Amino acid sequence: MSGQTERPAPELAGTADSPAVTGTAGRAGTARPARLAASAGYSPRRTLPLKVEAVRQLRRRRTLITFGLLLVLPWILVGAFELSGNVPADPQTPGLVTAATVGGLNFAGFAFFASAGFLLVVAVALFCGDTVATEASWASLRYLLAAPVPRARLLRQKLIVALAYSAVAVTVVPLMSLLAGTVAFGWHPLKLPGSGLELSTGAAFGRLGIVLVYVLITELVVAGLAFVLSVSTDSPLGAVGGAVGVIIVSNILDAITALGTWRRLLPTHWQFSWLNALQPQINWTPMVEGAVVSFCYAVVLVALAFRRFRAKDIVS
Amino acid sequence: MRRRVRTEAANRYRAAMGFRAWPRRRLAAVSLLVVLLLAGGAAAIATHTSGPAPYTERNVRIPVLDGPLNNQHVVLDATFFTPAGTGRVPAVLLAHGFGETKDAVRGQAIGLARAGFAVLTWSSRGFGRSTGQIALDSPRYEVKDVEQLVTWLARQPRVLLDHPGDPRVGIAGASYGGALALLAAGYDHRIDAVVPQITWNNLATALFPNAAGGPPLDGVFKRQWAGLLFVQGAVGFGPQGASRPGSAVSPAAACGRFLPSVCAMYQQVAVLGRATPQAIALLTASSPATVAGRIDAPTLLIQGENDSLFGLDQAAATFRQIRRNGTPVDLVWFDGGHDGGDQESARIDALAISWFRHWLAGSGWAGQPGFSVSRNLGFDPSTGAQSLGVATAPAFPGLAGSRRTLLRLGGPPQWVANPPGGSPPSMSSFPGLGALGGSSGLGLALDMPGQSAAFQSPPLAAPLQVTGASTVRIRVRGPVGLTLFAKVYDVDQAGHAILPFSLAAPLRLSQPSAGRVVTVVLPTMDYQFAAGHRIRLVFTTTDFGYATPAAPARYQVALASPGITLPTDPALVLQGRGLQWWIWVAPLVAVLLAASLLLTGRRRIGAPGQAVDPDVPLDIVGLTKRYRDGQLAVDGLDLRVERGQILGLLGPNGAGKTTTLRALMGLIRPDSGTITIFGRQVSAGSPALSRLGAFVEGPGFPPHLSGRDNLRLYWQAIGRPAADPHLDEVLGIAGLGSAIDRKVRSYSRGMCQRLAIAQAMLGLPDLLVLDEPLNGLDPPQIREMRDVLIEYAASGRTVILSSHMLAEVEQTCTHVVVMHLGRRIAAGPVEQISGDGGALLIGTPSPARAATVLSGLGGVVNVEVHAEGVLVHPGEVSASDLVVALVMAGIAVERVAPSRRLEDAFLALIGPVEQVGLAGTANGAAPDPAQTAKAVK
Repeated sequence: MSGQTERPAPELAGTADSPAVTGTAGRAGTARPARLAASAGYSPRRTLPLKVEAVRQLRRRRTLITFGLLLVLPWILVGAFELSGNVPADPQTPGLVTAATVGGLNFAGFAFFASAGFLLVVAVALFCGDTVATEASWASLRYLLAAPVPRARLLRQKLIVALAYSAVAVTVVPLMSLLAGTVAFGWHPLKLPGSGLELSTGAAFGRLGIVLVYVLITELVVAGLAFVLSVSTDSPLGAVGGAVGVIIVSNILDAITALGTWRRLLPTHWQFSWLNALQPQINWTPMVEGAVVSFCYAVVLVALAFRRFRAKDIVS
Repeated sequence: MRRRVRTEAANRYRAAMGFRAWPRRRLAAVSLLVVLLLAGGAAAIATHTSGPAPYTERNVRIPVLDGPLNNQHVVLDATFFTPAGTGRVPAVLLAHGFGETKDAVRGQAIGLARAGFAVLTWSSRGFGRSTGQIALDSPRYEVKDVEQLVTWLARQPRVLLDHPGDPRVGIAGASYGGALALLAAGYDHRIDAVVPQITWNNLATALFPNAAGGPPLDGVFKRQWAGLLFVQGAVGFGPQGASRPGSAVSPAAACGRFLPSVCAMYQQVAVLGRATPQAIALLTASSPATVAGRIDAPTLLIQGENDSLFGLDQAAATFRQIRRNGTPVDLVWFDGGHDGGDQESARIDALAISWFRHWLAGSGWAGQPGFSVSRNLGFDPSTGAQSLGVATAPAFPGLAGSRRTLLRLGGPPQWVANPPGGSPPSMSSFPGLGALGGSSGLGLALDMPGQSAAFQSPPLAAPLQVTGASTVRIRVRGPVGLTLFAKVYDVDQAGHAILPFSLAAPLRLSQPSAGRVVTVVLPTMDYQFAAGHRIRLVFTTTDFGYATPAAPARYQVALASPGITLPTDPALVLQGRGLQWWIWVAPLVAVLLAASLLLTGRRRIGAPGQAVDPDVPLDIVGLTKRYRDGQLAVDGLDLRVERGQILGLLGPNGAGKTTTLRALMGLIRPDSGTITIFGRQVSAGSPALSRLGAFVEGPGFPPHLSGRDNLRLYWQAIGRPAADPHLDEVLGIAGLGSAIDRKVRSYSRGMCQRLAIAQAMLGLPDLLVLDEPLNGLDPPQIREMRDVLIEYAASGRTVILSSHMLAEVEQTCTHVVVMHLGRRIAAGPVEQISGDGGALLIGTPSPARAATVLSGLGGVVNVEVHAEGVLVHPGEVSASDLVVALVMAGIAVERVAPSRRLEDAFLALIGPVEQVGLAGTANGAAPDPAQTAKAVK
């Protein structure tokens, strides 16, 4: 190519006439049939596969640190209980906290109690709030959109992956707690808070499973909120912080009993309704109500996100 | 007697659930103010501006005459509340509970006044500032007082009259006041509606109950409650009474404000621990049971489930008696009562108001139909409280229920001991604890070993909702005065037993029994026994609340029936709570809302314009874009690029180049105009974009991935798995060497730039758009890039290049489009544009002097000094005139040639436009070229 440069010349110019490139040129260039609108082999359905998005997100320090924290947390809690000496469980009315050290199953229940209010909210807000905003802040969003990954598909794939990560985050806490609690306090039937009724292992797993599903559903609100903010701002921190902030405000409003039944509209009003699944008789009503409220918020928020993103000028 | 009690159950459960240790609530408390401002404030303002109706209140002292001979002068301390306005309205008499004064019902009175009633509250004789003595709702005393209050009301100008002297009046009250209301309605037929709460039907059976069905004379003395009431009447009771200094009781005041006959009756009974005929007579006279048969005023009976003093059975008896008259009567069982629970004040007050509205003012009845029952639906951790629901049925079926279930009980005949002196006693409830702010439903139930017999059912296969009084038949052996207390426990799978509502049913046999079969009516309740739970029936010989025989004795208790008969009322349907209507409606509404969000507001992207040649890589027609901030970035741009061209897109900053590129990538939505790529109109996500490779506004990579991973994942993301990415070739162009496997985070700007160009070239797109690709490249790289682009276009592909490096553009591009202020101001082959400026390069050995001379010429636009001469934009001045001027000035002219430099042409093109912007400055002098050049940079 040029004698002036020391480095090997780029290959492209040299192979312009080679069969490979001519072939490509023939397909994509002059010889391309006029009716072909898109590049050869392009299919919107194959853009941004879930696996690719998952890999893109997984290798991030943010993701790894979050999961690291969530996995370490149960051990920190175990350590805290060991340090302070086991809390004597009140035989009459054990609470989730006082009965935490009964065994692994109780410890898993306690981990829900300790993390559902804030930690899991932050984790879910992180995965769902960061996903689009970060892409915008990296400026990689415009290259994905120009590829083109259709906007609705981009959101859909990102939402699915973010929700999957969120679900894993919500799930690993009780699982690791089960392990940590069993290692530290041994295996013991689940002692229900309040009544002290002990459940067999099978029944206990059923109850904890219900709790897990319920917590997952309530976190949908956080996910939807964070997702809307994520498509609305180029600042990942803003989206995550905004979602967490709204949840905190909702929590505070919920504490104002004077608001009466209006509080039932608050997404966080139902945050701990899963405790109803740890009563001797499962009280489904508040959980169904909480799940419905959460679902409604999430559906509308996600629709709002798609609507906003659909018409948005990407200028980041 | 009624005390408002705040339930402790919520706190108890919160503690049980561990809430106590959780700082969430504390945080909430701290931020209360903020939140009030945020949202609570708005709601609060809304309710206050809507404004409660005003009312006036007036203290009056009403003299009355009562006593058996109607000769006792008593002055009642009363308050008369009237709603705003001047018209006549129905009236309501509001009686207070035992030990209280008219002040206790002031809040209710205000509520009624605001609802449009004239309300009279008064302190009963013997209470507060009223004179007289307590006669226990005696028809000779208190009831006569009420009759005179009705007459007083009839004289008030604001009170609606049915007839002269007969006001339209209702009466309400709780406990002591409730019985008075019923008695007054029985004696005074001018009263048109009654709402008695938590009160007795028969004071004798209430204080001397006998679940074995005997007369009250054989009943078991409710010693604790009776004592509490007596003390309340004598010296007052409760925290304030206990702590009042100097409240020591003088011997003369041992009867307090009780009527001496009442006091003597109590003292006798309390010492005996048994009823006396005189006591029964006195108490019966003060009982609505004696007059209920002639009550013709519609009655709403409200009775508490948490009430070991006046149980639900008392109201059921009144209901039955009034019902027999054909008088409209409804029954409400609510969660409150003398033992605490949730007093449901708001709902109960509203029920009373709507009852009076209906029967006194003739408006619709918004209450519950026939029979309604508050049900505890369990702990709701989200509210931290018990959640209540209300079940309703068209009519009260009676204590035996509309259906009965026989549940088998097991257990052998058992011997139980009555301890000498009746101590230590077993426990069901702690009377009066509710009045002290606690809850006697705290699960204090205690059965002394050796003193109790238990019979238990197998686990329930299904939940069982008991509504009414269960019955069981037992066979007992024991001496005269055999006393037992029957309790129905709810036993969960873990063996924990709960005594619902802390109720016990006492029974006493006046004759010795050697195996007599007794039907025991167990406490009346509405309670759900959960599936899997057992029912345990316990008989104890003692109870803390009752007087029991002092003599030691042994009794034998055995089941005489196969089990316990439990009444149920399937007609009761839970309202409100439970799965409410919105559970089904809300998701539907949400989904519809979401769908409308998604389906509306779509803007159709332009009409399919005129057919465009599918072989034209890019055709832009009339592109216009105004950003939301009002900036008109592109204004009617037309642009066409042919295959094989390398198009240079030039323009100063703000010319609209980037906006144009964004639009053709589908990133922004044009206001008007069309962009077609290979004949297909482009909008966001158009498949045609797949034939476009772009590098616009700098690189954009996830920084945590290596360069190679970035390209690999990008290729995988763009939906062409089958196509060849030509990865090696583009990596060669990027020329990153081993750095390609380092994380992008560590790259320099130039490395990012090269990686981004490589990304744009992945798959060798038919149309390559590069925005400032040369920034950050070193000269050899710039040169390489130039060759790459030329070769790229030579293969039949098309390149659009936006750059400020005009020299590079000149060498690389085949065509140029110059934009300025959003418009295209020139377009064509490079040679044409760069020669088009009309600039002349005049070679001269003394350029400085030449510049001075030429600048002096009128009409010359611009003169620039160069090493080899001057560059002149002659404007209207001809070349020959320039030469003549120079020669005349004695300056040698070596050559005159048109300047072919693109930069000059560019400056010339945008210069005049710039001048427009600069008009008025520096006497209209030509803009400083250096400045212009800077602006271009």
